[in-house]
Amino acid sequence: MTETVKPRPSFRNIHISQIVSYRLPPAGIVSILHRVSGFLMFLLLPFIIWMFDTSLTSEITYGQFTSVFAGGIGPVPGWFFKLVVLALIWAYLHHFIAGLRHLWMDMTHAVTREFGHTSAVVTLALSVLLTLLLGSKLFF
Amino acid sequence: MAQNFGSKRIVVGAHYGFKDWLSQRVTATLMALFTVALIVQVLMPGAMDYDKWAGIFSSNWMKTLTFVVIISLLYHVWVGMRDIWMDYVKPVGVRLGLQVFTIAWLVGCAGWAIQVLWRL
Repeated sequence: MTETVKPRPSFRNIHISQIVSYRLPPAGIVSILHRVSGFLMFLLLPFIIWMFDTSLTSEITYGQFTSVFAGGIGPVPGWFFKLVVLALIWAYLHHFIAGLRHLWMDMTHAVTREFGHTSAVVTLALSVLLTLLLGSKLFF
Repeated sequence: MAQNFGSKRIVVGAHYGFKDWLSQRVTATLMALFTVALIVQVLMPGAMDYDKWAGIFSSNWMKTLTFVVIISLLYHVWVGMRDIWMDYVKPVGVRLGLQVFTIAWLVGCAGWAIQVLWRL
């Protein structure tokens, strides 16, 4: 008991500088994007509620709401707002589909390696595809 | 019931985080059902204009569902953001600050959204 206390070994996750060189499997990409999309929607919550507010309050504010996306406000052009909404559409779709994948796995205990891989690829592909589809409706 | 707080708090064992895990899934299911209900109503025949859009949210059942979803969102995001801060922010003071900011941000947003809903 007399020997000096050795520093306990510490096991750290990858450092932030290693992220770029660290190759994730599709399930890992889905996982981190689930987090990123959730964080993005958290930050943009006031913008989402602003859209909820102006589009619902009255016919006049509804007109203001649509004109922001057509002509922008002040120096900020309309396409910028559309781009933000496009990012929100992707974030919502990804979070939604990845969430369904979670629920499905929790309920069925579908934890095979194959299911993890294919469902992750489907999540990534479907969210991007639906984003493009809705994006084309938003922009054209 | 056995005391489970203060110096008597049991700090080892299972079920830590189970409530958070479960509530996040329950609230997610509610929000998913809301999303489907909203999409179905948006896709109903008729051009999209103010009357249709406001009409969707002014029915009593939709108002109630939206209210429940706003509260669900509040809790769902709190659990998720808390996880993010716990994973990436180690200094206790900074983490506490970010958690307080998250609560203020979420409660403020929820209040605003409920106010919009209740005016309708």
